[in-house]
Amino acid sequence: MTALRKNKQTTHEIALSGQLALLDLTGAMYLPAHDALLVADLHFEKGSSFARRGMMLPPYDTRETLLALADAVFRFDPKTVIALGDSFHDIGGPDRLGDEERATLGDVQKGRDWIWVTGNHDRILPDSIGGQVVEEIALGSLTLRHEPAAGEQAEIAGHLHPVGKVVMRGRATRRRCFLTDGSRCVMPALGAYAGGLNACDAAFKPLFPKGFTAHLIGTERIFAIAKAMLCRD
Amino acid sequence: MSQVPVSLLPKTFRDWFKHRGWAPRDHQLELLAKAGQGRSVLLVAPTGAGKTLAGFLPSLVELAERGGGRPKEKRGLHTLYISPLKALATDIARNLEAPVAEMDLPIRIETRTGDTPSHKRARQIERPPDILLTTPEQLALLLAHAEAREFFKDLRRVVLDELHSLVTSKRGDLLSLGLARLMTIAPQATAVGLSATVRKPDDLRRYLVPQRTHALADLVVVQGGAQPDIRMLELDERLPLAGHTASLSMPAIYDLIRGHKTTLVFVNTRLQAEYTFQELWKLNDDNLAIALHHGSLDVSQRRRVEEAMAAGRLKAVVCTATLDLGIDWGDVDLVVNVGAPKGASRIMQRIGRSNHRMDEPSEAYLVPANRFEILECRAALDAVHEAAQDTPDARIGALDVLCQHILGMACAEPFKLDELYEEIRSASPYADLTWEDFEACVAFVATGGYALRAYERFAKIVKGKDDLWRVRDARIAQQYRLNVGTIVESSMIKVRLGRTARSRPGTVLPRGRILGEIEEYFAETLTPGDTFLFAGEVLRFEGISEDEVLATRAGSGADPMIPSYEGGKFPLSTFLAARVREILADPFEWDRLPAQMTEWLLHQRRRSIVPGPRDLLVETFPRGNRFYMTCFPFEGRLAHQTLGMLLTRRLERAKLKPLGFVANDYGIAVYASGDIAARAGRDPNFMDDLFSEDMLGDDLEDWLAESSLMKRTFRQCAVIAGLIERRFPGEKKTGRQVTISTDLVYDVLRKHEPDHVLLRAARADAATGLLDVRRLGMMLERIRGRIIHKPLDRVSPLSVSVMLEIGRERVYSDNADEILAEAEAALLDEALA
Repeated sequence: MTALRKNKQTTHEIALSGQLALLDLTGAMYLPAHDALLVADLHFEKGSSFARRGMMLPPYDTRETLLALADAVFRFDPKTVIALGDSFHDIGGPDRLGDEERATLGDVQKGRDWIWVTGNHDRILPDSIGGQVVEEIALGSLTLRHEPAAGEQAEIAGHLHPVGKVVMRGRATRRRCFLTDGSRCVMPALGAYAGGLNACDAAFKPLFPKGFTAHLIGTERIFAIAKAMLCRD
Repeated sequence: MSQVPVSLLPKTFRDWFKHRGWAPRDHQLELLAKAGQGRSVLLVAPTGAGKTLAGFLPSLVELAERGGGRPKEKRGLHTLYISPLKALATDIARNLEAPVAEMDLPIRIETRTGDTPSHKRARQIERPPDILLTTPEQLALLLAHAEAREFFKDLRRVVLDELHSLVTSKRGDLLSLGLARLMTIAPQATAVGLSATVRKPDDLRRYLVPQRTHALADLVVVQGGAQPDIRMLELDERLPLAGHTASLSMPAIYDLIRGHKTTLVFVNTRLQAEYTFQELWKLNDDNLAIALHHGSLDVSQRRRVEEAMAAGRLKAVVCTATLDLGIDWGDVDLVVNVGAPKGASRIMQRIGRSNHRMDEPSEAYLVPANRFEILECRAALDAVHEAAQDTPDARIGALDVLCQHILGMACAEPFKLDELYEEIRSASPYADLTWEDFEACVAFVATGGYALRAYERFAKIVKGKDDLWRVRDARIAQQYRLNVGTIVESSMIKVRLGRTARSRPGTVLPRGRILGEIEEYFAETLTPGDTFLFAGEVLRFEGISEDEVLATRAGSGADPMIPSYEGGKFPLSTFLAARVREILADPFEWDRLPAQMTEWLLHQRRRSIVPGPRDLLVETFPRGNRFYMTCFPFEGRLAHQTLGMLLTRRLERAKLKPLGFVANDYGIAVYASGDIAARAGRDPNFMDDLFSEDMLGDDLEDWLAESSLMKRTFRQCAVIAGLIERRFPGEKKTGRQVTISTDLVYDVLRKHEPDHVLLRAARADAATGLLDVRRLGMMLERIRGRIIHKPLDRVSPLSVSVMLEIGRERVYSDNADEILAEAEAALLDEALA
């Protein structure tokens, strides 16, 4: 395994609205010009949300998501972290957060500007969760919001959980991905149980009238895949 | 068999037999006597021996003697009949109506299946019939009903039909648990199992009776009638070295069909069925009524074929395992089995579909599709002659099924932990269940059973102050009812015939009819323009719209491009595999093979060697700019796939740069850019190390972490155990989404709780299921120190057969990065072009 680790290429550079963006294997994005790390759709406490309805999914999803988040945060050590909405799976999520997870979140937040953008799953966030709560935020020419808005404006959003599916000679793989046309970027969901929506879905069409490139998150690195190479489910 | 006097039978029944021109058979009378003594019995008899009547006769006699009229007290069910097929239950009900009507017996017979309307279900609970015919899933539902105790309290008899086929799956586990509960509610009841011949009847005898005392049900065996008249179809032409289509044999099969009244043509896979059907119709100048029947066809189409068959309107049906069992399809006088027989018992069951009169021989032909299959057919013929059986060993009860059952029992009534444990252990598959495993299953049902106890307040079953476990609320009980059963269909997707829009050429409109369903994982490997066989036609894949595959008719003369994706659905049985190895190893045996086969083997002996029955032949040779390694374990395709995955991992580590591998039922071929032979030449232990049993340790674990087969196995366990909900037609959520979420769950669970009960259940399935790890383990043990490595300068006759699979079969790999790198490179090529 160690031999493989060495080959691991955790970041992948792209240009977004004229500035450099580093796409990370965890599904996070780092913007060096703003020293900001962006993550989308953490969906903390999705497991316990299902458990309330009788589906006892393993209660480790929040932990797992936090591990990925902490990994990205400690590697980039950014001044600002922005979570692009649906950070909690439901409004009761912050209350159900376990003590250990709450402490880990505190460690990750410490010494940074932490910004929660609200999403459709977490329109309301309690003060106890720390950081600043906003509906959207601008970073230079970029608007950061949960739900992407069609139009000319350069933006980074989440909400749609894009995944790309590739079939080569009968072998298929389906991975989370960043979708971008150089001006807009829809980020993958970071949450361990977040699931995904196929990039060929009609929902993406109005966002990228001139097409997009999908940056699929592989095991060891990120791959730039042409839209034409992607398949429907 | 002891002689039982016919006087045991009441006069009405004796008269009825006489009227029909029959005499009661010895085993029918014996079962009547056993029932009188309160004994449970396993009846082993060939098709056509009057098994069903034997099973029901004691109930009919007892019910006739009980008499009609309304009893003072409400009476519960008298006899419960369980069959593996819904259609079989309905069929048997119809057959039973005849004697009941003719003797004017006061007996009410009803069926209960998924199709039974709810008002009838409610009425059945309110006023139980005398005899109820149903399936294992419906029994589970009945037992989870609050009225279960009342409904079954007077039960006298349970009849389990086609028991040999029921017990080999998780359905059998579920049924065994149901049987255990029945025997608790109605200890006076006896069970009768009806079965074809099996290798170990004691396994079934145990299954029928509570295991607290290691008891066995009595055994009644009816000796098989006439020896079947079965032979191999021999052609003058040479068979190909690989492939499963048997295209050369079609004219001969067509002639056989023409010369018989009704023929069943069995094949192993749906796609073979499609191909055979197509080819036969190309030859069908006489316009014979030849039909197609397989599990993916639309139900209405299948029913039409079945009705036409029963009415004697068909000359032949090309079918898959869907017609292996039970139902009497009228006057079949010939069975043709195309392709490899795969197992001795399987082939005997199929032959038994012909000629339902047991004193006349069944006529059957085995049709090999390639040269290896000649060996397999020879081995199967020998087995049939000796009446040798290769039915699988008794199962160890699956833990996911147990989880489902525990929730069902909580829905029925509150339970005490130790009492339920004792009851469960009385079911033979669960006789050795440990208290720890049982507790783990109960904990799973309650809160998921995780070490991190996060879900106590959401528990589905809870223990009260009285030590009784209860289901939390009606919603949970409803959830149970919707998810009952052990058959998790692989996600299927409908195939719709589209029409090309006249106004806009090139646009296909989804306007045509639904042709049936195909597996989603097959659909996902198709790209628009691919042609494939389905529902007896060559179709052109146009794309997937919404949740349907859209296809158009390919022009006449178009050949299907997508070949059989599963060479044989059933792996070659261990028993037949051993026989094939023996035939291969013994030149005296070669005389009994067709000349083309003997020639081929002699050629192999000149060029390389023909391995002994316990040896593993490994050949290496260069070809093009690659290095190949082939080996022939004869352990079936599933075990070979797993072996291939593990071998490529090891070769990777040895820096031999493996590029891929292909597998069939007989062997595998691995290709690499590193010189495997040269390495083996330098290091005499190389081959022994490569094939050493320790590959089932860390290598296997590493692979399981990412294996899509393992994830599929886990998903099935998760559905059965009730972790996630089953998908229903009409629901918006697609199968893909469910797959994704269980894949995510698998990753998280494996990391945080590798010993969780669901992962243990999935691993137990992997041992025998899609990964066949147990068989691989047995093989590695067998060949230890018996590997014969032959470095060759070019491919040998034996190796050609598996080499031919390259390009025909998919190359196996679960490595996502490889696939992505290839797709990324495609983008670069485009940019540079």
